[in-house]
Amino acid sequence: MGAFLNRTAGESRRQFLARASRFAGMTLVGGLLWGWLVQESKAQPFALHPPGAKSGQDLQSRCIKCGMCVDACPYDTLSLSRAGDDGAPGVPYFVARNTPCYMCSDVPCARACPSGALDREVEITRARMGLAVLLDQENCIAFQGLRCEVCYRVCPLMGKAISLQYSPQERTGKHAFFRPVVHSQECTGCGMCEHACILEEPAIKVLTRRMAKGRLGRHYRLGWKEKGVISPDFTPDDAAPGPELKEWGRRSGERALKELNDTEGLYD
Amino acid sequence: MTSTPRKERYLLARRIIQLGVPALFILGYRFDLGIGGRELIQGNLSASRILDALPLADPLAVSQLLLTGRIPHADVLWGALVVILFYWVLGGRAFCSWVCPVNIIGDSASWLRARLDIPPGFTLPRQLRYGLLALALFLSALTGVAAFEWVSPVGIIQRGLIYGMGLGWLAVAGLFLFDLLVLRHGWCGHMCPLGAFYSLVGRFSLLRIRFQKDTCTSCGKCHRVCPEPQVLALKPLAQKGRVLSGNCTNCARCIEVCPEGSLSFAPRWKTGEELQQPGTKKAGPVRAA
Amino acid sequence: MSSIRRREFLKKSLAATAALTAGIPLSREAQAQFTTNVGEKEGWKWDKVVCRFCGVGCGMMMATKDGRIVSVKGDPESPVNRGLNCIKGYFNAKIMYGGDRLTQPLMRMTNGKFDKKGKFSPVSWKVALDEMERQAKKAMAEKGPSGVSMFASGQYTIDEGYAAVKFMKAGLRSNNIDPNARHCMASAVVAFYQVFGIDEPPGCYEDIEMTDTMVLWGANMAEMHPILWSRVTDRKLNGGDKVKIINLSTYANRSSEMADMEIIFKPNTDLAIINYINKYLIDNNMVDWDFVNKHTVFAAGPTNIGYGLPDDHPKEQKVTLSKTEAIAQGLDPNQTHTVDQSMRGTPLAHWKISLEDFKKGLEPYTLDFVAQLAKGDPEEDLEIFKEKLVELAKYYGEKNRKVVSFWTMGFNQHVRGSWVNQIMYATHLLTGKQATPGNGGFSLTGQPSACGTAREVGTFAHRLPSDKLVGNPAHHEITEKLWKLPSGTLNPVVGTHAVAMMRQLAAGNIKFFWCQVTNPFQDFPNVSNWIKAAREMDNFIVCSDPYPTISGKVADLILPTAMIYEKWGAYGNAERRTQHWRQQVKAPGQAKGDLWQIMEFSKRFKIKDVWKSVPVAKAPGDKLPDVLAEAVKMGYKPDDTLFEVLFAKNGRKYKWSPKDPVAKGHPNDIADDMGFFVHRALWEEYRQFGTGNGHDLADFETYHNVRGLRWPVVNGKETQWRFSEGFDPFVEPGSGFNFYGPLLKEILQGSLKGPDKTKDKVKLFTKKSPQGNILDGKAKIFFRPYMEPPEQPDKEYDLWLCTGRVLEHWHSGTMTRRVPELHRAVPTAQVFMHPDDAAKRGLKRNDLALLKSRRGEVKARVETQGRNTMPKGTVFVPWFDEHVLINKLTLDQTCPMSKETDYKKCAVQVSKA
Repeated sequence: MGAFLNRTAGESRRQFLARASRFAGMTLVGGLLWGWLVQESKAQPFALHPPGAKSGQDLQSRCIKCGMCVDACPYDTLSLSRAGDDGAPGVPYFVARNTPCYMCSDVPCARACPSGALDREVEITRARMGLAVLLDQENCIAFQGLRCEVCYRVCPLMGKAISLQYSPQERTGKHAFFRPVVHSQECTGCGMCEHACILEEPAIKVLTRRMAKGRLGRHYRLGWKEKGVISPDFTPDDAAPGPELKEWGRRSGERALKELNDTEGLYD
Repeated sequence: MTSTPRKERYLLARRIIQLGVPALFILGYRFDLGIGGRELIQGNLSASRILDALPLADPLAVSQLLLTGRIPHADVLWGALVVILFYWVLGGRAFCSWVCPVNIIGDSASWLRARLDIPPGFTLPRQLRYGLLALALFLSALTGVAAFEWVSPVGIIQRGLIYGMGLGWLAVAGLFLFDLLVLRHGWCGHMCPLGAFYSLVGRFSLLRIRFQKDTCTSCGKCHRVCPEPQVLALKPLAQKGRVLSGNCTNCARCIEVCPEGSLSFAPRWKTGEELQQPGTKKAGPVRAA
Repeated sequence: MSSIRRREFLKKSLAATAALTAGIPLSREAQAQFTTNVGEKEGWKWDKVVCRFCGVGCGMMMATKDGRIVSVKGDPESPVNRGLNCIKGYFNAKIMYGGDRLTQPLMRMTNGKFDKKGKFSPVSWKVALDEMERQAKKAMAEKGPSGVSMFASGQYTIDEGYAAVKFMKAGLRSNNIDPNARHCMASAVVAFYQVFGIDEPPGCYEDIEMTDTMVLWGANMAEMHPILWSRVTDRKLNGGDKVKIINLSTYANRSSEMADMEIIFKPNTDLAIINYINKYLIDNNMVDWDFVNKHTVFAAGPTNIGYGLPDDHPKEQKVTLSKTEAIAQGLDPNQTHTVDQSMRGTPLAHWKISLEDFKKGLEPYTLDFVAQLAKGDPEEDLEIFKEKLVELAKYYGEKNRKVVSFWTMGFNQHVRGSWVNQIMYATHLLTGKQATPGNGGFSLTGQPSACGTAREVGTFAHRLPSDKLVGNPAHHEITEKLWKLPSGTLNPVVGTHAVAMMRQLAAGNIKFFWCQVTNPFQDFPNVSNWIKAAREMDNFIVCSDPYPTISGKVADLILPTAMIYEKWGAYGNAERRTQHWRQQVKAPGQAKGDLWQIMEFSKRFKIKDVWKSVPVAKAPGDKLPDVLAEAVKMGYKPDDTLFEVLFAKNGRKYKWSPKDPVAKGHPNDIADDMGFFVHRALWEEYRQFGTGNGHDLADFETYHNVRGLRWPVVNGKETQWRFSEGFDPFVEPGSGFNFYGPLLKEILQGSLKGPDKTKDKVKLFTKKSPQGNILDGKAKIFFRPYMEPPEQPDKEYDLWLCTGRVLEHWHSGTMTRRVPELHRAVPTAQVFMHPDDAAKRGLKRNDLALLKSRRGEVKARVETQGRNTMPKGTVFVPWFDEHVLINKLTLDQTCPMSKETDYKKCAVQVSKA
């Protein structure tokens, strides 16, 4: 190693320098390109990963792409991402609409992981593979008053991760709505709902939690929820006091003064 | 004259092993092949487990993983160690010629290239692979993900064999065309960081090609078949009596083609000639032929 | 939806909104466009149809173009569902387009000839009907009319059921026709007959909107009557605090979610719970004595009636009462009571008893006794269970509270199903909460035309149309007159009921078996027996079905059958609503409707063959009389076919033309084939049976212009609440109520011990109208004790097995399992069990379990959560899945009165597969 930077016999210094700089340039360009590629595809927002998968980049760093989780899954849910698939190449993922996670209580996929990309100790109901979101309320037939609720019934945490919200149906005057509602504290993102949705294109889809979840302004708390049960999603971050509210924007004391003294157009 | 099959027994054995390894993985994956209630083999070339006990792992992948700043499970650390030890014994790049499925692509492109008589055009320094290896490790630390694993055609193809190629065929075609039209053994002999990694292991490995100068007629056949011909540079070879370069893949093609039987496998400490000039310095790196 | 271009639609809806906001009336043209049905401009033809599936009877609209269904929607004008559907309804069109539709007759053949051991090959209709004819005639030559049988359906259209009954009973003179509704509604029917004297629910769906309390007894309406449940839920949401829902079941199901109270009881103890309620009502002076004295009498019947098991079963001979049973029957629990099942031949006997006797019967049903006996969840606290029972009894008794009790298979599929139906009415009659808006017992039906076809038409072994009964000379006379038959044509011996039909098949007494619109070899209890009998014995099995089924596999001949929208038809739903539809599309290939099959088959018989004298055991003189001579006198010729006599002669009065205004351009394949307006002819003939006697139906044309009508339809007006003044035209003004059902209105008197034959029979009415209708009829308040089912969990078979349905699949899944979306939603039948029960057997969720009973075994995946929450000791397996043929395990026990199978309880063991 490093030998290529040695001058070979019969090579002029000039030739050597040209060769070396060409080489360095190639490496730099290649490196940049390579780094960009890696960075670019690191943000894979759609792929759902096996239970216990470390979040985001941590997963991609740890996963050695050996496929032992794929091998261990009794339902052939998982596959290693191939070129053109969702997700980082070689990282295990699943497409809920095709085959969801059946939430084996012994989580054989996570147990098989040799590298720590999947948490071997994960308890399946605490897995957070994604979050089901009832995206299309206009086409969900339950939202139109039809008695479907298939997503609710197939949910392995029926009544917890998906519950039904009942309300009267004013149009008919004598029927009710049974609207499925997903609860992010319980939903594991197993995808049974998306898999089973009877529409041609599912109205309920599992998204990565990062995509699906909003976040309340850190300065604000819901007064009635402060003493709630600590959910599996609870992170110490949630309990930490919000970041101190800082001055924001481009305004400053100086600017304020300037602004106040600026009377241009005020008397027009 | 010995018959052709016997002559090419190493080549045959390599192909059997190269295809047999993914076949074993497929059997493990698709059919849960097992012995005594234990799965024979799980995983793939990146990491695997034999009989639910012996872990194996790609040492370069693990190195990158470590450089991302994560501490993996002990499984893969042990696995990497086992693999390094294995190739330390059998020749670092024995992985390349005996196990890695990409080797078949490179070899077949090289064979076709010879048939079609495609002239050498563009060249790259063979040391480029070390640069890329360094870059892979550097980028892993920088981006926080195993950078080579992200783009590795080796990974794409070996996984593709087990789980289905998908667009992985593009990688196969790309490598093949590159090797065929642009540069002979362009990927394996010049660029592959994994090959570079095993080259480093190979510098110290035990099983080597022994050379007997006295019978050599300098016919050059070995040189023509060798994917890394620089390792067969006659002068240092004659001096050392064995191939000591880490770049040698122990593919044994040279042994097979040598009409005089001047080449053979031997442990590192055995040389081809009993008599060596004493006091020679440690062999320097072999230059490109 | 390429029909209305999106932009166009948006524009229009925006315009409509804008116009409304601005108060500018839309131009007439714009309004018309706005109300146009989707697709009409593209040549879609919309027409009203009815949902294929459950007994709710949702109205649908269907669009066709170029002979294909292009769209369906819930009918917004249907009073039942107002445009809504459940997911089965949503897929109504898709069920017809499964890739494996049968399009030609298939017969077991070897070397071009029928061979019982041969393989199915396609044959022509002629070959198929030739072989059917040969086999049926052979069976009748050998065994008489009882050698042939038809297994009919509550999913027959009304005309199909009517034609089948007429063909079998008037044509072949065989009463061996019984529907799958035997497994579904028969217990309800016995109760209606014995309590009211006339079949079918007195109330209607508006009861839901008008009641305060809905008590579900073995009715998981949330899944099985989805759109009704939507109405129940709406009532709960809108009704304020007073509205209560109570769910009684042997396991927690989805109906518990809306319920204010859930009562999990042990199988069969519903009898005890109701007796406790009735006792509570009397003890706490909550009885409406005025109503009771005026409109009811008390009654009782025998208890030693067996369990509908095979004749040689030990429990059909003698039964030793358990201590609990002894107490429940007012006997000394410390003595052994071995009871001869001597009344199993006459289980329907009953007699009037005194109020004192009634009270005495209820005496043992104290809160302590019943709570101990009935508590179904071992983990529930007994005191809490008791509180629930008291609260339930109070709901029934509260003076100003309206109560509807809903039930389906939990009551009906019950070894004492007729009893439990009856004593439920007793509760309602005691409190006067029966047959008024928002009050009453409401027996829901499972099948889309269990009421309309199986019951009203009478496709049962013992029935004739409109509650006429086989063996009743007056009824025979009416029927023979309306059917223009020579007197004495009808066979007076009741035929084989469903389970008996299979037993006779296995005994070799039935040689020809034809099932239509049902899948008996998946549906019957203890099914392996019957599959074996069909395959291994000398008989001929015909199965009419649009798709390959288990019954098809078991058959010798499979007839490819047109599905619901490929023919005209009518269904009658659970609230007596009759709904007709027109043919929408043509059947694929050579598939033909069931009615066509029956009529074509009837062409194969001449009256000289079937109307001559023929030996029939138990008939007067052990034979049926020769009626040929009289037939000739009536103008028939001996060579006339049954088709001619039964269908065509009357039918030709009703001309068919595609231009008929009723048809509105829709096809009518069978009318084209037969040369007359078949459906209209059958309808107009059939409705004569009910006219003037409380079963009145409107004419054919009317139904094609309305969203169904609830019978009796008198002077064009439907009836919402029967027996109730102001609603029912058959109730005289001033009488308040009139339980005018004419059946079983003269009964013996006696005590709890038995009838006193020395006393005269009592009449439960005093006057009749000039038309012969009863004017002041009384209903019966029955006392029936608690009894145990014949098979209960023991050491070896330690779990109760209950079977049933899921929302997504219809019955044996032959249609719904072909809809990929429904299949994906529920791909397989699981065994629902308590997680601890599973763990004890080394099982966890999704593991494969082996279920075993004394009769057979199946494998199924374990489910420990989800829609059904099982108490320890009970497992539930739905029966839609042909790969989990759970009926291999069920026991062929029936209610001895109704002959309806009890699918809800038998003993099984579960282990790791």
